Amino acid sequence: MSSHDNHPEGVAHHFESAEQQFDSGKFGIWTFLLTEVLFFSALFVAYTMYRDSYPEVFQFASQYLDTNLGALNTLVLLLSSFTIAWGVRNAMLGETKKLTINLIITLACAAGFMMIKAEEYGHKFHEGTLWGGHEHSIFKLDADDVNEDIAAHSQAWSNPDGEFTAAVKDLDPEFRQKLGIFFGVYFCLTGLHGIHVLIGMILLSWLLIRNLRGEFGPKNFAAVDFIALYWHLVDLIWIFLFPLLYLIS
Amino acid sequence: MSDHSHDSEGHIGHVLPLSLLLKVFGALVALTILTVMTGKADLHGADLAVAMIIATCKASLVCLFFMHLKYDRPFHGLIFLFSVMFVGLFLVFVTLDSEEYQGDIKDYKANEVLELQVGE
Repeated sequence: MSSHDNHPEGVAHHFESAEQQFDSGKFGIWTFLLTEVLFFSALFVAYTMYRDSYPEVFQFASQYLDTNLGALNTLVLLLSSFTIAWGVRNAMLGETKKLTINLIITLACAAGFMMIKAEEYGHKFHEGTLWGGHEHSIFKLDADDVNEDIAAHSQAWSNPDGEFTAAVKDLDPEFRQKLGIFFGVYFCLTGLHGIHVLIGMILLSWLLIRNLRGEFGPKNFAAVDFIALYWHLVDLIWIFLFPLLYLIS
Repeated sequence: MSDHSHDSEGHIGHVLPLSLLLKVFGALVALTILTVMTGKADLHGADLAVAMIIATCKASLVCLFFMHLKYDRPFHGLIFLFSVMFVGLFLVFVTLDSEEYQGDIKDYKANEVLELQVGE
């Protein structure tokens, strides 16, 4: 039992000690990460099912993705994971200024990731390499529209290496429609991941503001630790997404 | 359990040495370069397996060190392992079921062709 007089500083009313408060939070964030893994697993299972059913479609479609941009994004996210892990160390040791710098670098990496992603998405919308249901998709389900679309796109059409200008027109219509499935899976997986990066940026900004107010230190770093764990999970998902989408040979 | 050289009185959690964080980051970058190289090479059908092994190694490094699981309470690692196990179950059961109705689909398509021919 603890009364208000001897209750430890910075510990909420319903916790006995700082350690109990920290452990409760840590248990909570790990449980949340469990639900996140299961949340993403549905899309990974969808990916597995379609790749299992149409391996040749995935092999062909993967070549529309720019491996260099995907690899660059992997490195950007890994760097951000490193700086936030360093940031947790800073918070634990009370190195407030270093924590500010690491939070800013992490945020910059997250923004960089989203800009590279936007560049990739923009290219796909321009070229029409979209899911089959999109009106500008060159993989549309309605075969009559597709031919016109491909004709309209044929001048501008190219993959990042400029290889498929002629190939798309010559593709078997049934095969071409199935390419839309790959891009459906691609946009769902990378889109959901991108939303997580955006949420991470909001959380990192919140950490940065709180740190500038001097709220973090050796006795109060739980928020930094927990958001870092979330950020590492976002990185973990991308570690699997990158080879599964970009590196099918 | 590893050494707790940085643990001090009243400290919650475990402070990782910066040198260790740098080594882990270096390893992750090296593995990324490796996976891009193996992804571009022709490995005669082993591509997916190799890519997944490398990705699992990278994920393990992130979990053990960046996410502190090596030094954390084992229970937190257990929670995470459970989630991965259930993803495995999910995958296995859906994959087992995936070919279940292929015969019906083939029959349906065959009938459809027959009906079209009868219609003509």
